[in-house]
Amino acid sequence: MCGIVGLFLKNQSLQGDLGRLTGLMLRELCDRGPDSAGFAIYGGQTEGTTKICMVNRDGAVDWAATAKRLAAAIGADVAIERVEDHAILRTRGAGDVARKWLIDNVPAAYVLSQGQAIEIFKGVGNPAAIMDRLELEGRAGTHAIGHTRMATESAVTIAGSHPFSTGDDTCLVHNGSLSNHNRLREQLVRHGERFQTDNDSEVAAAYLASRMRQGDTLEQALTHGLDDLDGFYTFVVGTRDGFAVIRDPIACKPAVIAETDDWVAMASEYRAIAPLPGVEHAEMWEPAPATVYAWSRAA
Amino acid sequence: MAPRMASPIARASRNSVVDLAAMSLREANQLLHDTDGGDFLIRNPRGAHSLACGLDGDLNVVIDGHVGYYCAGMNKRAHVTVNGNAGTGLAENMMSGFVHVKGDASQSAGATGCGGLLVIDGNASARCGIALRGLDIVVKGSVGHMSAFMAQAGSIVVLGDAGDAFGDSLYEAKLFVRGSVKSLGADCVQKVMREEHKASLRKLLDAAGVGGDVDVSAFKRYGSARRLYHFHVDNAGQY
Repeated sequence: MCGIVGLFLKNQSLQGDLGRLTGLMLRELCDRGPDSAGFAIYGGQTEGTTKICMVNRDGAVDWAATAKRLAAAIGADVAIERVEDHAILRTRGAGDVARKWLIDNVPAAYVLSQGQAIEIFKGVGNPAAIMDRLELEGRAGTHAIGHTRMATESAVTIAGSHPFSTGDDTCLVHNGSLSNHNRLREQLVRHGERFQTDNDSEVAAAYLASRMRQGDTLEQALTHGLDDLDGFYTFVVGTRDGFAVIRDPIACKPAVIAETDDWVAMASEYRAIAPLPGVEHAEMWEPAPATVYAWSRAA
Repeated sequence: MAPRMASPIARASRNSVVDLAAMSLREANQLLHDTDGGDFLIRNPRGAHSLACGLDGDLNVVIDGHVGYYCAGMNKRAHVTVNGNAGTGLAENMMSGFVHVKGDASQSAGATGCGGLLVIDGNASARCGIALRGLDIVVKGSVGHMSAFMAQAGSIVVLGDAGDAFGDSLYEAKLFVRGSVKSLGADCVQKVMREEHKASLRKLLDAAGVGGDVDVSAFKRYGSARRLYHFHVDNAGQY
């Protein structure tokens, strides 16, 4: 199963409510994915500053010391913000280099995301409790993606919780399962991608990030994915400026999209969209198989 | 069969409004199960699953809003109208009665349906009428891929278009499409539309409330070529 949601705000005056509205949606889908949950919030960006989100994998991490070592390694200041078992590192240094250094040198934590706008939070256990603990409802921003997980392809661990991010300000949530992820992971590793888990969805995230690094737009990367990703999926992919939705050609995994003048919302089921303000006037449809739907505030 | 005893709550709630903002889904379904007739208006469905499932009586149920999965599943005799969209598995395994969705329906609408009439004013997505066994389905919009897969009996009428692999591995269900068919599935072929077929199609359209302005001559008829499900003597060595 798994439950996924995406919310993209068209009306800027709603940005302070992003977390609250995303929470309304995700809480409806707790029973589609009762074992773990996570969410990505896009917002609070400062030009030239990279945010790196991390979470403890086992035991305590000395974040202050980690920040100091990272600062020395990349030659730039690093600030730390603690959120429960998560930490957000901010630096004006090179984000890619910092991410790689952290994966190599801080084995007690996972790097969840890296980018100007993205912040990812995730946990294991009751999704509602995770949303409470990580204060989803209080977070502001331009768009958000969320996931409640019912594990199929890998263990119930924080490593298997979504969203997955491997690229700058890019993340992915997945409802479904991929069957060719091992082979594809090997190919991507040969092309320099870094993996932190055995999860199939991380392979999809890395695949898209890799294609976009090679010059694909998000839409092009998703279209190539129709040939290269074998399995069942509904994906929501977040980027700095927006998000996209795609379902595999068989389209077994559910999805509903609704749009008003104020927002675009995607969810596994309509009941997650029902609590949104103005839903009674929304244009609503089920995304067709093998078709990319994308929204962006760029352009 | 002796009439079933209606519970006091059901008798009190006949011709009543059922508000899912104030009553649990289970209570609402129980209320509908405990009565053998009457008119019900269900408010605030908010995408709830399994709403008005397993009805068995001369009920008239109107649901005011969008519903989730399996709405009106296994329906017997009852009339269920949805003023909105329906999720996966609408009227699954319906036995008799009438189910009418005024919006769109998600995948597997009318799956394995045995009897009655299912009308969808909008589009139905993938696998509409899969494994159909006698239910008649009229879709005023289009149907998605793999619709009528392994359909055995009953009819599927599509006023719009049909997606890929329409009627794949079809048995004896009768298929009528006014628009285009993206591709036909294995063993599904276009067949000649004779007067008797036009008459039966007209009957289905009338029952679905589709006006006489829709011309039955504009439809094409599809059915099984019967090459797949008949034993062929060339395959005797396989056994």
